[in-house]
Amino acid sequence: MKVYIPTPMRSYTNKKSVVEAEGPTVGAVLEKIERRYPGFRFRIIDEQGAIRRHIKIFINETPIRNLEAASQPGDAVHIVCALSGGI
Amino acid sequence: MGSESESPSKRTWVARAAGSLAVLIGTRKGAFILRGDKTRRSWKLSKPMFLGHIAHHLAHDPRDVRSLLLAARTGHLGPTVFRSSDFGKSWKEAERPPAFPKAPEGQKGLVLDHVFWLTPGHATQPGVWYAGSSPQGLFRSEDGGRTWDGVSGFNDHPMRSQWTGGAGDGTPDGPKLHSINIDPRDPNHMYIGMSSGGVFESTDGGKDWKPLNQGCAADFIPAPDPEYGHDPHRVLLHPLMPDRLYQQNHCGIYRMERSEGKWIRIGRNMPNSVGDIGFPLVLHPRDPDTVWVFPMDGTEVWPRTSPDGKPACYATRNAGKTWQRLDKGLPARAWFTVKRQAMAGDVHEPVGLYFGTTSGEVWASRNGGASWSCLAGHLPEIYSVEAAELK
Repeated sequence: MKVYIPTPMRSYTNKKSVVEAEGPTVGAVLEKIERRYPGFRFRIIDEQGAIRRHIKIFINETPIRNLEAASQPGDAVHIVCALSGGI
Repeated sequence: MGSESESPSKRTWVARAAGSLAVLIGTRKGAFILRGDKTRRSWKLSKPMFLGHIAHHLAHDPRDVRSLLLAARTGHLGPTVFRSSDFGKSWKEAERPPAFPKAPEGQKGLVLDHVFWLTPGHATQPGVWYAGSSPQGLFRSEDGGRTWDGVSGFNDHPMRSQWTGGAGDGTPDGPKLHSINIDPRDPNHMYIGMSSGGVFESTDGGKDWKPLNQGCAADFIPAPDPEYGHDPHRVLLHPLMPDRLYQQNHCGIYRMERSEGKWIRIGRNMPNSVGDIGFPLVLHPRDPDTVWVFPMDGTEVWPRTSPDGKPACYATRNAGKTWQRLDKGLPARAWFTVKRQAMAGDVHEPVGLYFGTTSGEVWASRNGGASWSCLAGHLPEIYSVEAAELK
């Protein structure tokens, strides 16, 4: 499936905006991306396994709340830096 | 570069230098380096490094002179550490950055919000670094910052939650572990400061910790003379007199002689109109009686700007008995804050002082604070300043 990478994370993906990875859950997909691009996962998932506060992940158009969310071949995973104000 | 006469393998401290140096600057929007020549009159500002990243602390390794570590995060992304072995020309991210352990199923674990503080280890332990975090955690690297592990003796200490006040207690932008001091005589003897929590000591390399707050006020806690829960802003031991500690605390300026075991409020000798509240603290590299502070307004709602908007450094040359105002060259009126890690000194003669402001200016003095000039302006909000002696 296609995983869409936000600009702040593209330093890890050799500037790629989309990477391909498969897995039965979003967590498994991210583990595969981590193996390919070390350091990727911890910037968006904390050490307790939660999606960081200002990161949102969607499967297709549905936001997910945890990494156990199921994913299927053909899905699109969007990693989004949430609009959360800022200075 | 000169050094103390004792073998460098036993002493970390370089007490005097006359070569070129650099001022390392961490800001809300990235890191910068000001390169100075040995006269300290000519300075060149680097391009921003990690532009847009929140650079909490850019620290130098005096043991190999070329290594830098940067504690960084962004508004969206989690915390990490970057390391450079060529003084900032190139960088690599830590392969295993500081993080708390994953909690057992069903339990709530700590989440590291940011790495706030970086300190190189003892001279006899090249490659060892320590990091302090928000919330309060202590981490150690033995490979120059490539991989990090928690110091379990602190992070998992049964008293940690009580010492720190838990997740809801701390400074407005997150409770912090800072001021990691290594005794130059003994790498296993360490001090840390926590906001909140207080000053703590370990004599066994971090396996166990004890509070060291007797005599220090904590007027925001209802209980009189609490054992812990204090708010040190900056704690330093003097490398040439390691049994003397100084701290700039939320509740004043203090000195402790370990033989006495009690903090003495030397800030009481500051002018009443200025008070003794502030964030940073700088020690003279060769004179344990000389200390510089940068007072701020800690009245009412704590503006944290200079008292009456009149920026000034204050120095004592007699371990706190008397203080001298040092403001020549500083703006007559300004409303910036100098954060706890945003002031540093070099080891030249006379000592050079450097501070960064929340309004993005770097100020310097080549004469121990007698006069000041602005080295750089229009930078982002400055979080940290370090003086790095180069060969």
